[in-house]
Amino acid sequence: MSTRLASGGRLIDRTNPIHFTFNGKQLKGYAGDTLASALLGADQMLVGRSFKYHRPRGIVAAGPEEPNALVNLGDGAFFEPNQRTTVTPLRTGMEAASQNHWPSLDYDVGALNQLIGRALPAGFYYKTFIHPRPFWKHVFEPFIRQSAGLGKAPKDRDGDVYEHLYAFCDVLVVGGGVAGLQAALAAGASGLRVLVLEQWGHWGGRAPVDGAVIGGQSAEDWVKDALDRLDRMENVVLRAQCQASGVYDHGYVLATETVSGHTPGGATPRARLWRIRTKQIIAATGAIERPLSFYGNDVPGVILAGAVRDFVVNWGISPGDRTVVVTNNDDAYRTAICLREAGLAVPAVVDARPEATGALPEKARALGIRVLTGSAIAKVKGKKRVEGVALCLQLGEGAVTEEIACEAVAMSGGWSPVVHLWSHCGGKLVWDDALAMFRPDASRPPLGADGGAMVRTAGTANGVMDTPAVLADAAAAAADAVTAAGGQPADVTAAKAEDEPEAPILPVWIMPQGAGVAMRTKMWLDFQNDVKVSDVQLAAREGYESVEHTKRYTTLGMATDQGKLSNINGLAVLSQSLDKPIPQVGTTTFRPPYTPVPMGAIGGEARGDLFQPLRRTAIHDWHERNGATWEPVGHWRRPYCYLRSGESVHQAVEREVKNTRENVGMLDASTLGKVLVKGPDAGKFLDLIYTNMMSSLKPGRCRYGLICSENGFLMDDGVVARIDDETFLCHTTTGGAERIHAHMEEWLQTEWWDLKVYALNLTEQFAQIAVVGPKARKVLESLGGMDLSREALPFMAWSEGELGGFPVRVYRISFSGELSFELAVPANRGRELWDRLIKAGAEHGVMPYGTEAMHVLRAEKGYIMIGEESDGTIIPQDLGLDWAISKKKADYIGKRAQMRSHMTDPSRWKLVGLETVDGSVLPDGAYAVGQGRNENGQQNAIGRVTSTYHSPTLGRGIAMGLILNGPDRMGEVLEFTKIGGGVVTAKIVGQVFYDPEGEKLDA
Amino acid sequence: MLLIECPYCGVKAEETELAAGGEAHLTRHGPDSAEEAFAAYLFDRLNPKGVHFERWRHVNGCGKWFHCARDTATLEVFGTYSAQTSAPPQTILDAIRARRPDWKPANAPAE
Amino acid sequence: MRDFAETSGVRVEALPPAGMVTLRGDLSDPRLGDALNAVGLALPDRRRIAAGSAGSTVWMSPDELLVVCGEGEDRGLAARLSEALAGVHHLAAAVGDARVRFAIDGKGARIALAKIAPADMAAFEIGEVRRTRVAQVAAAFWMTGPDAFELVCFRSVADYAGKLLASAAGNVEGIALP
Repeated sequence: MSTRLASGGRLIDRTNPIHFTFNGKQLKGYAGDTLASALLGADQMLVGRSFKYHRPRGIVAAGPEEPNALVNLGDGAFFEPNQRTTVTPLRTGMEAASQNHWPSLDYDVGALNQLIGRALPAGFYYKTFIHPRPFWKHVFEPFIRQSAGLGKAPKDRDGDVYEHLYAFCDVLVVGGGVAGLQAALAAGASGLRVLVLEQWGHWGGRAPVDGAVIGGQSAEDWVKDALDRLDRMENVVLRAQCQASGVYDHGYVLATETVSGHTPGGATPRARLWRIRTKQIIAATGAIERPLSFYGNDVPGVILAGAVRDFVVNWGISPGDRTVVVTNNDDAYRTAICLREAGLAVPAVVDARPEATGALPEKARALGIRVLTGSAIAKVKGKKRVEGVALCLQLGEGAVTEEIACEAVAMSGGWSPVVHLWSHCGGKLVWDDALAMFRPDASRPPLGADGGAMVRTAGTANGVMDTPAVLADAAAAAADAVTAAGGQPADVTAAKAEDEPEAPILPVWIMPQGAGVAMRTKMWLDFQNDVKVSDVQLAAREGYESVEHTKRYTTLGMATDQGKLSNINGLAVLSQSLDKPIPQVGTTTFRPPYTPVPMGAIGGEARGDLFQPLRRTAIHDWHERNGATWEPVGHWRRPYCYLRSGESVHQAVEREVKNTRENVGMLDASTLGKVLVKGPDAGKFLDLIYTNMMSSLKPGRCRYGLICSENGFLMDDGVVARIDDETFLCHTTTGGAERIHAHMEEWLQTEWWDLKVYALNLTEQFAQIAVVGPKARKVLESLGGMDLSREALPFMAWSEGELGGFPVRVYRISFSGELSFELAVPANRGRELWDRLIKAGAEHGVMPYGTEAMHVLRAEKGYIMIGEESDGTIIPQDLGLDWAISKKKADYIGKRAQMRSHMTDPSRWKLVGLETVDGSVLPDGAYAVGQGRNENGQQNAIGRVTSTYHSPTLGRGIAMGLILNGPDRMGEVLEFTKIGGGVVTAKIVGQVFYDPEGEKLDA
Repeated sequence: MLLIECPYCGVKAEETELAAGGEAHLTRHGPDSAEEAFAAYLFDRLNPKGVHFERWRHVNGCGKWFHCARDTATLEVFGTYSAQTSAPPQTILDAIRARRPDWKPANAPAE
Repeated sequence: MRDFAETSGVRVEALPPAGMVTLRGDLSDPRLGDALNAVGLALPDRRRIAAGSAGSTVWMSPDELLVVCGEGEDRGLAARLSEALAGVHHLAAAVGDARVRFAIDGKGARIALAKIAPADMAAFEIGEVRRTRVAQVAAAFWMTGPDAFELVCFRSVADYAGKLLASAAGNVEGIALP
């Protein structure tokens, strides 16, 4: 059983015990433990079940590469699935639960899949579940959904908070091991801005565990000293618990900092997403140990050799009284030595190499450890935990030579540099035969904005394995990075280190090399996705040659760990099966993130009130207090209508329309765009922007205008007021304010930069209130002030003055067909003016009206609405707006396009009014039914409805629509489709349903 | 995410401050233009793998449009320059040639 | 306008309304500088703010300044600027009502802004101006003193900006930028 040693554990505080639960069982660990080390300390070897076969699984690694020991953490709003126990700091009261099993971890029904394991090889789902078709929906899919997946999806809204942080630096050092610290010391000494990130809460990486001597002191002391020196540099910032997740274009790096972890309810963020922009990146990200592929290499208790060392040295864990070490390299002997020095038994080191004569094997022998060379593991005995190993010859087929009882197996297949950050943005790799690893190809680095290398790797991440060389490599990488970042490298010599020299590794991809099929179906490559040696070999036999295809067919490397342990082994097995060298088979593409980033961290502060900015007018609060139901228009919220008690929305709209027609209504029109255009060439410019002539407009007057894109399509409309000779104020739609201002700026800056014109978006400077209806003038005159008579301020004129003490600009424009005044007042006084008008209007029956009443009023009057009658494919000519298109002007934006054959085609649908025969309301968007069918067998359409309302004024349904030859077919009755079948008949009429003579608005 | 220096305000702006505006140095074809030339102006765009001239706007910033010469494959930025020009200035062309001696403008803006 | 309480060493305060004028014109034209001086304003350098007796002038682009003056003074100031610039192509308009202002100060003020703006806050200098976005809305801010910033944004998003700044002002302790 795994236990806690009586002493040792450099990261734990034995005076500070921490209680937690695993599957409801009360367990104890110490401050400084990871959840994984605490579980091992409590003999929890079995921590989960595998994805496909539900095999019992234990902790394999001691870092972010862990494939098995994933748990559900917490509950309710703080529930989080798929948390890697090996990187989760233990916290008081932590509730962890294993995943992917039912009904319990020890007795798992899904494990039956193991018994039919032969029936579930690679590609099984693709091959099997295709036929018969109906089985998919009713049998296969429910079964797969029940048994697939790792953690549970959270049900509650996330109770944690998150945030972003933008950081800038010259050199970003990723990794706080000895390579990263040496690089940081060298880069920091240059005076450049340096940020150093470490994924763990502690610094130093593997060196303190592996026991190198640096600068004459222990690695641990050297690390402390280096941190002290870095702390004193003002230009250097150190950040622990912060993992660089991805490298992107032009030196953009995302890093995820764990701030509060899972401390529920705190106001501190759970995670902070660092959005870093750096000139140079040094990836000192170390290496990850590879498993060996032997029969039963997934039994709980089979642990990576380096991880065993970590557990012993960092957390004082014994993986078992007796640990067999199996290896193809010298490094694993450090584990054997470390275990022996901790007082534990190492019955044997099983070394696949024909001989082992390096310093480390000799040291192990000197400690009395039995070294068996040319040997391999034939089988791991035990189901839910290791009970022993059977040995064989590596060069043989697996005949058992000896059996050894043990509680744990420490395996090492060599190390793979963590090249992810190098690769994310296009850095290429080279296969190193001597080291049996892919390492960065310095001649093909990821490129930055200047076309030079943007990322450098240092130390083991660069394929440099022994400590003295690691430090020299890191210092050199830092000097290069400093130069590339525009700095002057300081004269820093790398610290000198001593380390045992290592003999060469022997690549071993299958153990033993002649293993038959029965053994190969129990050799796991990808623990998390349950991919075995036999699956990759099957894929090769079935013709999969590309590693990318094999990956998808077998799911190798496609789980949440993204193949950190399995990629190289899988690739090597594929290469052997294809009889091609590894470099020819290639490797898969590494993509960000390095480990999963919480969605909450990506969202940052954008949740709840801050999910999206809502724009409010100066009068918003009044609307809110007076029954407004809201209509979102872009980010604005506009009142749709004002509900009175007992009223339906429909009734409210009818009341607002009628009251505006009969008495007086008020509309908050503040959201309409207002762009000031000024300059000696303003008239000339607006003649190009609008389809009609604006330069001929007289100061004091207003003109309705249309704006088209260069494609000829209608973009926006609105009233232009000429302020003075050089100045125009262009009103746009609510949605058009930013768009039209940007449109003007684009043409001014990029095409007609010789024109002397400035444009300024004044939309929010003014609150704008429309006072509309036959009694509008009476209400305004009761405030006292400027002359608003028909003579002083006729229709389509504007005037500036004072009204009731308010400085206002009054526009005699109408979007309803009624007598109408639009009052613009500085926004800070908008609410006050609104209140005054409501009060003054009371005796005249004033009521506010919302956007729906506004729509009905304009439709009754036959006015078009951008976004209803237009949709990006409509030209003004389609809408019968030829009167607003100048024939005199040589040019305007869209003019040439409107001359193209398709635009002048007489069969373009044209706008008309529609009146249902039975008075009902036409369905929105309904099609007019034509004769015959098109090539797809669908009924031909000859038009469609663009706006349709119940008119309270006329007491019937009215509509506008685009109809083939519409204006020539007045009086004709057409059939329109209805949702759910059937047709509605409607007559083509003129589009102005109300006051066609325009007497009311000119009152 | 690209980082491009706005030549007007000097800010090295990340893409969230910028809006892309497509190919640069198009010649506007107005009411007198022939059908094919006008259609080409509206719709035909270069899509080179390599050196490209683009329009960008520093929309969440100083609001100015500017030009950028960039390699679409390596994302190397050769330089940014004023929007008020119908062809890339010599300094930009020199910067491109210094890095891409073999570069030939596609149906290039006239030098 | 709501007040945002002091949080974690960073104080976020909605400032009272101020007058503001947008002046568009060629900033390299000496007549523009003269006109500014004539009305008690100074011409700022690129991405800088300049103080004058009639208000502060904020550089917004090579042809745009934002003048911050006393409440209610902006229409008059715009008119005086136009008068001083008679015959010179320009645009001057009061815009104070369109904008709201916030003060962000305290030890972690740089950090608070670094959480929401893609700007290099560690290198920010007193008197420097940055137009950018804060989270999802456009804004401009400048540094008024050690650990003190003023920010302006459109009035319609005042509520969003206020809550955003208050949230960014929390948990600034222990964060350092290189």
